[in-house]
Amino acid sequence: MQSASSFGRIAALVLRYLYLLRSSWPRIIEIAYWPTMQMIIWGFVSQHFSSSSPELTAGGILISVVLVWDCLFRSHISYTLSFLEELWSRNLGNLFVSPLRPRELIAALATISMMRTLIGMLPAALLAIPFFGVSVFDMGLPLLGFFLNLVLTGWAISQFVTGILIRYGLGAESLTWVLPFLIAPFSCIYYPLSTLPEWMQSIAVFIPTTYVFEGMRALLVDGNFETGLMVKGFTLNIIYLIFGLIAFFISFQAARRHGLLLQSGE
Amino acid sequence: MILQTENLTKKFSSVLAVDDLSFGLEGGTISALLGGNGAGKTTTLSMLLGLLEPTSGGIRLFDQDFIRNRYSVLGRMNFSSPYVDLPQRLTVRENLTVYAKLYGVKKPKERIDQVCEEFRLQELLDRRVRKLSSGQKTRVSLAKSLINRPEFLLLDEPTASLDPDTTSWIRDLLKNYRDSQGATILFASHDMREVELLCDEVLLMKKGKLIERGSPQELLNKHNRENLEQVFLDLSREGQD
Repeated sequence: MQSASSFGRIAALVLRYLYLLRSSWPRIIEIAYWPTMQMIIWGFVSQHFSSSSPELTAGGILISVVLVWDCLFRSHISYTLSFLEELWSRNLGNLFVSPLRPRELIAALATISMMRTLIGMLPAALLAIPFFGVSVFDMGLPLLGFFLNLVLTGWAISQFVTGILIRYGLGAESLTWVLPFLIAPFSCIYYPLSTLPEWMQSIAVFIPTTYVFEGMRALLVDGNFETGLMVKGFTLNIIYLIFGLIAFFISFQAARRHGLLLQSGE
Repeated sequence: MILQTENLTKKFSSVLAVDDLSFGLEGGTISALLGGNGAGKTTTLSMLLGLLEPTSGGIRLFDQDFIRNRYSVLGRMNFSSPYVDLPQRLTVRENLTVYAKLYGVKKPKERIDQVCEEFRLQELLDRRVRKLSSGQKTRVSLAKSLINRPEFLLLDEPTASLDPDTTSWIRDLLKNYRDSQGATILFASHDMREVELLCDEVLLMKKGKLIERGSPQELLNKHNRENLEQVFLDLSREGQD
């Protein structure tokens, strides 16, 4: 009897998504296009404010937070769009009659999401250096922590969205684009937590991204790395990721009970 | 016996899709699951594939409890249906490579060459699936279903959208596959001629229940009919008045 290892099945599925990516040059360019455009627009905004309100742009904070926030959005979109490809191509039935476990599908989606996020973000981050003299890499090791935190938040959101998609089908597709922006006002991307009204602050403290951007401001503006903020971000992310995974597996079981795995598609 | 279902039942809200279904399949046989629309064929196939959780009852496959432990046997099975597509933007070769790797096929390139030769797909290997005709897509889907040399093959309308000539050699190919590998094949079809030519055994379902079972010849003799279509119509219309 032939059988692939768990790693072999994850690698097979990652290969499927890489084939898909390779099949369209515009797609690859598009991955890097939006973060680069964001960086250019916010770069000019930052330059404009640097003379009138230097506190807003100190340490290249404005460009840095835009780039780092986009990591969350890219990781989530990359993960969910790859899953949507299976629904659009009516391929879920083929996948789940193979020995592929749902957890292996999740691992493959996370792997391709990480690859696509790096493909999208690296050119934008590198171009910010000659264009605006801002290097996010100057943050050093903490950048890796901020980046991983936001990628984890993106994946946690993706677990809920893919769970809803597997249970309710393509009718819920628009959630893919809507959900990440739900947490944006609470995440304190462009302003400190103290700017928010009290009722919003009481919600923001439960959002992991709040700690990422508070931490970035402390590092870039004051030159302090706040370990506590990083730990709080990671802790909340792990909690939400676990809830997201539970929600996905519950939805998967419901889809199996209702016979949705064979019917899913356009 | 490689497959044994026991009192298999599936209920969707108030609809009883499969009702207390018990049957077994011997290894190395080709069987057809027949029935009108809504008879429960696709629901049964879905449960046998692990895509649908039964409401009650059991499935034993290769002497294992399939409901509790399906991953230990899914690698020994495969499936093809015109209602489940392969990724359209990938080429035939890429699709077969992904599935060969998913099933852990040893020497995947050689195996892909073999199935492509069997299904006459060599010239289509580097074409995207979305550019293929529906008949070509069906052949690719069948090639995918044999990529892991399954011991148990489930097919939903395997020759739908194929021309008569292609249908004929696909039938021969499936028979040869059964003979050479000792595989068991279960398929759902509406094509009675195909069932007569291909099957050792027919299982006829109606309203979720198994109402008749036997070889095509046994059913013709029992119902004193000349072809399976007449038997099917008799049994489907029985009790409708």
